[in-house]
Amino acid sequence: MTTVWVYAEVGADGRPEPTALELLTKARSLGDAVAAVALGPGARAAAPALGEHGAQTVYASEDPVFAEFLAEPAAHVLAGLIAEHRPNLLLFAATYDSREVAGRLQARLGATLMANATDLPAPDRAVTQIFGGTRVVEVALGGPDPKLVVVRPKSFAAEPSGGTADVVEVAADVPEGLRRARRVERHEERAAGPKLEEARVVVAGGRGLGDEANFDLLRQLADAIGNAAVGASRAVVDAGWVPYALQIGQTGKTVKPDVYIAVGISGAIQHRVGMKEAKRIVAVNKDADAPIFEIADLGVVGDALTVVPALIEEVRRHRG
Amino acid sequence: MKIVVLVKAVPNPTGTPEIGEGFRLKREGVELALDPGDEYGVELGLQLAEQTGGEVTYVSMGPAGATAAVRRALSMGGDRAVLVTDPALAGADALATARVLAAAVGRQPFDLVIAGAESTDGYTGTLPMAVAELLGVASASFARRVELRDGAIRLERQTADGYDVVECPLPAVLTVTAGVASPRYPTLKGIMQAKQKPFEQLTVADLGLSAEEVAATQTVERVDAAPERGRGELVQDAGDGAARIAEFLAEAKVI
Repeated sequence: MTTVWVYAEVGADGRPEPTALELLTKARSLGDAVAAVALGPGARAAAPALGEHGAQTVYASEDPVFAEFLAEPAAHVLAGLIAEHRPNLLLFAATYDSREVAGRLQARLGATLMANATDLPAPDRAVTQIFGGTRVVEVALGGPDPKLVVVRPKSFAAEPSGGTADVVEVAADVPEGLRRARRVERHEERAAGPKLEEARVVVAGGRGLGDEANFDLLRQLADAIGNAAVGASRAVVDAGWVPYALQIGQTGKTVKPDVYIAVGISGAIQHRVGMKEAKRIVAVNKDADAPIFEIADLGVVGDALTVVPALIEEVRRHRG
Repeated sequence: MKIVVLVKAVPNPTGTPEIGEGFRLKREGVELALDPGDEYGVELGLQLAEQTGGEVTYVSMGPAGATAAVRRALSMGGDRAVLVTDPALAGADALATARVLAAAVGRQPFDLVIAGAESTDGYTGTLPMAVAELLGVASASFARRVELRDGAIRLERQTADGYDVVECPLPAVLTVTAGVASPRYPTLKGIMQAKQKPFEQLTVADLGLSAEEVAATQTVERVDAAPERGRGELVQDAGDGAARIAEFLAEAKVI
């Protein structure tokens, strides 16, 4: 029997993160027994949705210690649960919080950890992409169970299976010495409109926009299109034009919209890995040799500052 | 304040990486450079050392050819470097790497270990946390702003929708993003001085680790070219580019 667990991040409002449902969907095809571990406020309320996506059991704790302190309490409690129940495989999403927990847990267990996975052909095999997604690598995972695999968001589509989960309460016996790095404030920098990961259309800008002020053109374009979000390349995030929360690429977000519109983005492999799975790609760039055109379904060689304002007008006219 | 910065030599990012025997990254005849993502951590380490009258030690693991890359960090500033290099580490995975780095860092007292969050090693965000766990210290990742306050670190930590303010006691391991500091360029004086700074090379045995502890737990079974997306239509904008895009969006039914 193969037991697969998913470390499920949940919001305080009881909504599981989309990645938790993606991973559970995949876990169903990998194991006979599937469980989710949800730690922190909202855990119990999230159990029905986790069950609906394949968790037969949800190990849950509502203790605020997991939200207040980074990684260590979660890794500690997970290690205890693993010693008791001995799962074969534990899946994490490649999010800020989960990566910290996975790294700590690996060291504690002496287990193998595969990061940045995009698929799992079997419970002891993972696939990842290297060199900006130009090569696909399949890796056999050895060492003691559980194997730890950190999966990029959107690697799998979440599909409900209609199941229900038994909720097992987990005691949050976290020693004082593991309550160290503490969150004291939370800040949102997200723009209005749909989330970058959920929008049907993503309009992303890069250096080719020339100036921070021109980024506003992309916001106007997104508004005109509707159900569209604005993203950015690492170059303009590093330059401080827009917050990191907008960054798309290897170290930023992975998006899979219906249409991705890249404006003034050259298309370095680190950027492409975060957007190449878009259904359709449109690129606008002054440089006809920009690598982004290699993967664009429609490429327009031209000045973003001419094309984008004209496009806003065209879209508005189309929408009447 | 005693600061350790973890640095890594990577194949020159401007070249095309190649895969050699045993599916390992080909390093022979490939120029190794300091990972550009590491320079932010180096800069932060140097600034904190300057503020506190402290010192910076670089710790790295890599092939013998990595010395030039590590020396690049020394030419920016700092006091000494340690490179763990051992044929037994060719093909080392995350666990082995974490054990080696933790053992090398733990040889001397430290207050803060800094690593780049944006490293190109693929273990983004997990490896330094494993090091923290092995060292038994606090940690926080993806810091975009870091300051010392009352003997602790106060940092802005990246989140999906913005940032959290985190207070982290010392000693600690931190990973930092590109925004945390603007890396200085090495000066000619710095480059000359770097050649005189202590530079230690250690083996796995020097660290008291067994071959078993650094044996890889992962085996690469195959490497394939990723399916390519085809190149589509490319048009030169002659005043009609926007109309063509609008048409495309309408065909995709998003407007």
